[in-house]
Amino acid sequence: MFPFVFEWGWDAGRLIFMGLLYLVLGAISLGLLYAFIKTWLALREQDKQ
Amino acid sequence: MDLALIPNGVQRCSLKVFVPWMLLWLVILAGGLLSAFLCFYKGLNQTNMNHYFAFGLWIVFDLSLIALGAGAFFSGFLTHIIGEVFIYPYVEDLKAIINAAVVIGFICYSAAIAMLGVDIGQPLRGWFIFWHANVHSMLTEVSFCITAYLGVLTIEYLPLILSNRKLNEIREFNIFGSNLHHAMALFAAAGTFLSFFHQGSLGGLFGVLFARPFAFREGFSIWPWTFFLFILSSIAAGPSFTLLCVWIAQKVTGKELVKRSAFTLLAKISGWLLATYVILKILDTISWAYGVVPRAGLSFMDFYEGPYGVWLIVAEIGIFGIIPAIILITPRLRERNELLIAGALMNITGIVLNRFVFTIQTLAIPVMPFGKFMSYFPTWQEWGIAMGAVGYGILVFSLSYRYLPLFPQEAELNPIRILGEVVTGSGVVKRG
Repeated sequence: MFPFVFEWGWDAGRLIFMGLLYLVLGAISLGLLYAFIKTWLALREQDKQ
Repeated sequence: MDLALIPNGVQRCSLKVFVPWMLLWLVILAGGLLSAFLCFYKGLNQTNMNHYFAFGLWIVFDLSLIALGAGAFFSGFLTHIIGEVFIYPYVEDLKAIINAAVVIGFICYSAAIAMLGVDIGQPLRGWFIFWHANVHSMLTEVSFCITAYLGVLTIEYLPLILSNRKLNEIREFNIFGSNLHHAMALFAAAGTFLSFFHQGSLGGLFGVLFARPFAFREGFSIWPWTFFLFILSSIAAGPSFTLLCVWIAQKVTGKELVKRSAFTLLAKISGWLLATYVILKILDTISWAYGVVPRAGLSFMDFYEGPYGVWLIVAEIGIFGIIPAIILITPRLRERNELLIAGALMNITGIVLNRFVFTIQTLAIPVMPFGKFMSYFPTWQEWGIAMGAVGYGILVFSLSYRYLPLFPQEAELNPIRILGEVVTGSGVVKRG
């Protein structure tokens, strides 16, 4: 799963498979991060008023 | 307390009715937990799985639940990704059922993963499949995708939970739920990608079994035809399952929860996808019978013996494939409620039968000249866990229906009048 796990190899199979997986997990994390940051900003704005 | 949690403008049964209803399903869930405990404590000797049947009832249930849960990703794809641009006249109907589709998807995937936790026998080592990933295995792809997709479904479920009347009063939850909702297209896209590949890989893992000519298929590039057939069959069955669940909810609650047009839309989507699937499945079966089978030195009837006779293929493709496809694509037939429900139910039955055939029949057929046809019947512990998943699903759906605004059209379709005035500002408990 990670390059530091002993059976890891820099081959095409791993790069495509794990690359796509991390791409999707990255997109999901970005979506969550967007929601958290927008919430934090909105709360800060409301607290200022 | 209970009344304060009920969504605004809708009516729910009293706790006197709701608690016994929940107790019934809790007992069934408890039976599942007892069976799971026995499997953990005594081992997989509690099942009728053996060296022939490494996959049993739980995998049939898993594959079926994952196919039926596809209504969530496909509805999400239609609503959030192509809805506003390509099919905007239908978006209102899709939005009426999308919450229910998400909850059903969440139930199906969480139950499937819980059952897999028991099936692997040693759940403490379950993380090995992620840490020591074999990237050439379809099963690894399935494991990664269903786990990640359960995460996506949880994120999609969260705004609905946060829109509960009491939780929504908390400012932070209200804003966070709304912001999550704004990013829903991104989650829907990630869910579509993950679902597309794991639904396909579930089929692919059978199609690559070169030593088992019953399941083996040729295909395109690294993907056997079963990869594409599993995707198509799941998106054909998913909307039918959503339709059926909402219809059952309407019958149980005695209320109209969505407009009839939403049912018609789901039936139309399901019907055309099923019709396409059935045509491709027939072509696939013919090409298998005249290609893979003779090349393996066998004949068609060598694969159909004992309890797994040729009736299975007649039932799967003919009775539960062609007939529901005709019902669901014909406007005159699907407008009749009894035929609509029969069509959806038959569609689901056909897909479950397909998953059963690929899981059980594939393993029942001998692979050595001296081997014999085997048969498998699950133990009560296996049934217990499978039924526990059903109990769990009904519990989660019932709680979601009671305390969350699951059906956005419900208040409009069932206005509550107290002293002649329509109540919209609070929920109401039906007395008695």
